[in-house]
Amino acid sequence: MRIKNPQDFWCGVFFIALGALAIHTSRVYPIGSALEMGPGYFPMWLGGIMVAFGLIIGGLSLRLQPDAIQRAEVKDWAFRPWIVLTATLVVYALLMDAGVGFVPSLMVLVSGCALAHKDVRWRETLLLSVLVTAASVAIFLFGLGLPYRLFWWSD
Amino acid sequence: MHDLLQNLILGFSVALTLQNLMYCFIGVFLGTMIGVLPGIGPLATMAMLLPLTFFLPPVSAIIMLAGIYYGSDYGGSTTAILVNLPGEGSSVVTLLDGHPMAQQGRAGPALAIAAIGSFFAGCVSTLLIALVGPPLASVALNFGSPEYFSLMLMALVCASVVGSGSLLKSLAMVAAGLLIGIVGTDLSTGMSRFTFGVVELSDGVGIAVVAMGVFGLTEIVKNLGGPHMTQTIVRGKIQGLMPKWQDLKTCFGPIFRGTSIGALYGPLPGLGGTISSFTSYMLEKKLAKDPSRFGNGAIEGVAGPESANNACAQTTFVPMLTLGIPGSASMALMLGAMIIHGITPGPQVMTSRPDLFWGLIASMWIGNGMLLLLNLPLIGIWVKLLQVPYRLLFPIIMTMMGIGIYSLSNSGTDVLLMALFGFVGYILMKLGCPFPPLILAMVLGPVMEENLRRSMFLSEGDATIFITRPISGAFIFATVALLIVFIVPALRRYRRDIGNEAPQRG
Repeated sequence: MRIKNPQDFWCGVFFIALGALAIHTSRVYPIGSALEMGPGYFPMWLGGIMVAFGLIIGGLSLRLQPDAIQRAEVKDWAFRPWIVLTATLVVYALLMDAGVGFVPSLMVLVSGCALAHKDVRWRETLLLSVLVTAASVAIFLFGLGLPYRLFWWSD
Repeated sequence: MHDLLQNLILGFSVALTLQNLMYCFIGVFLGTMIGVLPGIGPLATMAMLLPLTFFLPPVSAIIMLAGIYYGSDYGGSTTAILVNLPGEGSSVVTLLDGHPMAQQGRAGPALAIAAIGSFFAGCVSTLLIALVGPPLASVALNFGSPEYFSLMLMALVCASVVGSGSLLKSLAMVAAGLLIGIVGTDLSTGMSRFTFGVVELSDGVGIAVVAMGVFGLTEIVKNLGGPHMTQTIVRGKIQGLMPKWQDLKTCFGPIFRGTSIGALYGPLPGLGGTISSFTSYMLEKKLAKDPSRFGNGAIEGVAGPESANNACAQTTFVPMLTLGIPGSASMALMLGAMIIHGITPGPQVMTSRPDLFWGLIASMWIGNGMLLLLNLPLIGIWVKLLQVPYRLLFPIIMTMMGIGIYSLSNSGTDVLLMALFGFVGYILMKLGCPFPPLILAMVLGPVMEENLRRSMFLSEGDATIFITRPISGAFIFATVALLIVFIVPALRRYRRDIGNEAPQRG
């Protein structure tokens, strides 16, 4: 069997997986009955609906040619910005939670973002991160009064 | 009529306080500023600036957020005219004739007519909301749980059917959105669902977090991964801002017709500004004596769609304000903001918080006036802003997102969640799944479950209650009819495809 529409095929797989996860997780919640729906009733249905849609979307992708206008291939992934930006946000969140301080966390956030771009210019990035951090401190800490410390040694 | 006058006086007394005027101005200004930046639509702008409004009293916050909404919508048109960049949705239509006009040195009149058309459309449709809102809300006050459930179902299906992208994928996204919506503590049993042991999740997933992830982060990743953006910014000084009397006269008709189309489309779920702009453009092209002028800088091609777009942007507020049901992702965000400020959306808002409802309506009038006054003199600044390369812009945008989301609950969990939604969102975008149905469903998730639960309790477990109650039955009937209208052609195409294939096999 050949997959005629890879985009739809993987979309089907995604929703089957998500639906299965929903059903699996809802198993521990009491289902109840239609009369008195428990906390598991609605999510169980939603999971079922997602699996059903996943099956239809995936099933049709095996038979149905994509329209000329629809891009059916799943390609040209922007791996670098995708991974780098997500990772930068994760690092930023952890730094903020660790109480390292607003200034270092933001400097890391801005520099990390710059890495996502194809050509990295270090001097420009450094300058940008200093400027953006200074502006953010002025606006958010002094202007709006957000309660974050500047550095790990300040309180 | 007397009531209306009294209500409007109340509204203006709220909107004209110095504080609210200021927040309306800040909203419109920031909204336009961010909206001008290429690749950032009204939704991402709203999501990004939403945290700023948390520090304000509810009415001011909603007024400011509304200002951000229509400000960014208008900012997008400015970009479309000045830069040859098909930005978000509706500005694609403005681009068709707006940019040729700019190239002919008529950027000034193009921008001015867009502002004038938007202003007229904004005024008319705001008046329309004031007229239509109260009767609609009083009808909705009689709705019971089954009616609400069916109405929401209809709204979600309608938004999936008319929205862009495949119907099946949209509906699957609706189910996923409903599921995200019910994460957290169950309203009636107090049980924690889908929290996976994370304490912060017991309050549910914030709509700003999801919106920022799928519309903000995903969009930035897409922009960075795409082919290098070639911008053709109109250089040189923009002169002769005011359109000639001749131009204005040509545009009376298009502005009026555009406004009617937009105002009509706005309240219907899923029919956003893009579709109304396109309809208006097609209509003007058909009515024109010389249709070949369109695409080469016909001023009607800017005036009509811009009016339609803005009228639509205003009347989308109708179902959100009167029924508590958002018709677009932007309105879902607005609804989320109201909930954060402790206002329960629904038809009772008008009677329990008349200051909010009428204040918002009056502020939209004032805000549209501000747009007109603000944008024409500030065009120079917007042009400068457009010359900043994306390389420098996106770290700034990411910083604003990072700070904004962290400040929601002063915890990194929301930032991590946003990263997750952006990460998965990019996969979903690659798989061709549209996000607006997800956001709509997410806001409606808990309310829908509650209404389903109550309806079933009411009917003693009999699901036919949804079709036997007349109003609810009508909604269900309309939903099924909508689905059939859109599925039958698809099925026919499917059969034809199979049919075409048969001879090749033999």
